[in-house]
Amino acid sequence: MTGTLAAIGAGLAVIGAGIGIGRIGGQAMDAMARQPEAASKIQTAMIIAAALIEGVALFAVVVALM
Amino acid sequence: MYLNIILANSLISPEIGLLFWTTLTFLILLILLRKFAWKPILNAVKSREENIDNALNAAKKAQEDNAKLQESNKEVLKEARAERDNMIKEAKELKNQMVNEAKKVAEVETDKIRKAAITDIQNEKNAVMDDLKKQVANLAVDIAEKIMKENLSKDENQKKLISGLVDDIKIK
Amino acid sequence: MEIKKRFWQILIGVIGLSLFFIIPISLIETGGEKPHNEETNHNKTDKKFNATALIFDHIGDAYSWHLFTKNGKHVAVPLPIIVYSNSTGLNVFLSSKLEHGHHYNGFYIAQEGEYEGKIVESSGNVHNNHGITAEITEQESHSETAVTRPIDFSITKNVFEMFLSAFLLLWIFISVGRSYKKRGVTSAPKGLQGFIEPIILFVRDDIARPNIGEHKYQKFMPYLLTVFFFIWVNNLMGLIPFFPFGSNVTGNIAVTLVLAAFTMLITNFSGNKNYWKHIFATPGVPVPLRIIMIPVELIGVISKPFALMIRLFANITAGHIIILSLVSMIFIFKSIYIAPVSIAMGLFMSMLELLVAALQAYVFTLLSALFIGLAVEEGHH
Repeated sequence: MTGTLAAIGAGLAVIGAGIGIGRIGGQAMDAMARQPEAASKIQTAMIIAAALIEGVALFAVVVALM
Repeated sequence: MYLNIILANSLISPEIGLLFWTTLTFLILLILLRKFAWKPILNAVKSREENIDNALNAAKKAQEDNAKLQESNKEVLKEARAERDNMIKEAKELKNQMVNEAKKVAEVETDKIRKAAITDIQNEKNAVMDDLKKQVANLAVDIAEKIMKENLSKDENQKKLISGLVDDIKIK
Repeated sequence: MEIKKRFWQILIGVIGLSLFFIIPISLIETGGEKPHNEETNHNKTDKKFNATALIFDHIGDAYSWHLFTKNGKHVAVPLPIIVYSNSTGLNVFLSSKLEHGHHYNGFYIAQEGEYEGKIVESSGNVHNNHGITAEITEQESHSETAVTRPIDFSITKNVFEMFLSAFLLLWIFISVGRSYKKRGVTSAPKGLQGFIEPIILFVRDDIARPNIGEHKYQKFMPYLLTVFFFIWVNNLMGLIPFFPFGSNVTGNIAVTLVLAAFTMLITNFSGNKNYWKHIFATPGVPVPLRIIMIPVELIGVISKPFALMIRLFANITAGHIIILSLVSMIFIFKSIYIAPVSIAMGLFMSMLELLVAALQAYVFTLLSALFIGLAVEEGHH
């Protein structure tokens, strides 16, 4: 039972992170298309933001599975 | 749950041995690579970049120098051209002057020659005229002699002639 | 020409290493066979395929390097075990002594309970030798629960692969460093040098410089480069599925913990006045609020490297789990027809993992540089 709940929790966390990272990626693409000269800066910022969200999501998954 | 046990046991809880060996390995790696790899590589890359920068700057400077040189070349060429034009002009002027002078001299000379010629001609004419006069006079005298010889056989004629001659004579 | 020479060097190195380990392998095979027929038979009867167990066995650490199982017999490369126990002191022996549940000097690998899969010491029987007495103690230890965990400095699978990666890194980068000295500064990079240099320049110009700052980045370059290449090479080595590679080093929490701890220590030791002021007296925050802010900021000091640790660990472990799951599908469905699908997807995942291997090294280095940059930043408030 707890195992199932943990798996559901982990799944929810992953869904959240997926939406978040997807939005970051989409917006970054948008921004890059609008300002191709700033692409490298946007990319760095995108990766940092995605990494931070991913970190939170991984916390959630680890906590859920523990 | 099985997953829980495994996660709790080996995956999530760090092993002291692995911690120790990782620390040791990473520290040794850091120290050795820093001394034998990163420092020479980064220094080499940096000095190469500086080299390239210097070379680029030198090239740029050379280009500028070249441009300057070309500019000054143009200037020199322009000056030379101007000088040449000047010289040509001067030469033309000189030539004209010379021609004019020559013309003048020639005119003067011609004049002189002509004058001399005229004088000569005059002299010649005079001489010829004198000669002519003398001859005419001689001729006249001769003719007169002859006529007189014929006419003067008579006294009246002699007298007439003499009076006539005397009338004719004009003192010049 | 140069590359060809390198290739032969690598090949000879790998073959040499393998030979070095094949001799002990054959030793285990013959040595571990006789007294444990029961054990192997037991393994044989246990036919039901357990994917979870297999996957976690693969991504976890191990005392010996399991190669394959032939006729229910495990063939593995033994690795040295170094344990310190309070009763017997320092013990160094090969893992082949503990194969198939053997006891050695009172040490054995626990099959169940809290220390499952780890070396434990049965505290009751101190003066045991190997051999027949060990068999007796095995039965005794099952009945008595008093097992202790010795301090374990064994060269496990992960440690061994880490050493290998360290040697590889040293070899590659010291030879590249030497080629700079040999070939001089003015000549263009060549061979391995030409492959490595853009990556180093990438770390310098795209990670360190913009995040730490033009004037201070040089001090942190050695750490950032080392951590980048260490993670990358270990990630890549983890993706190679055969013998001296394939261990889940960067997907082990202890390894990522150490790396994250290095980042944390460097960040905090190089933190300037501004950094500490930000933590203990955040500008623009009224004094009563600081009571809340200080713990929050202090949690931030820990949580940033903690996220680094978890991220690397989870990403790499997840990649290994996915690939192993795809392979396990063949055995779960017990059908050869699932193999093409399994292999195609596994190949795709492996490609993705190649990207992830570089990306995670990049992210770890980038975030380390970012944290260091925040700590050394001159305040402009």
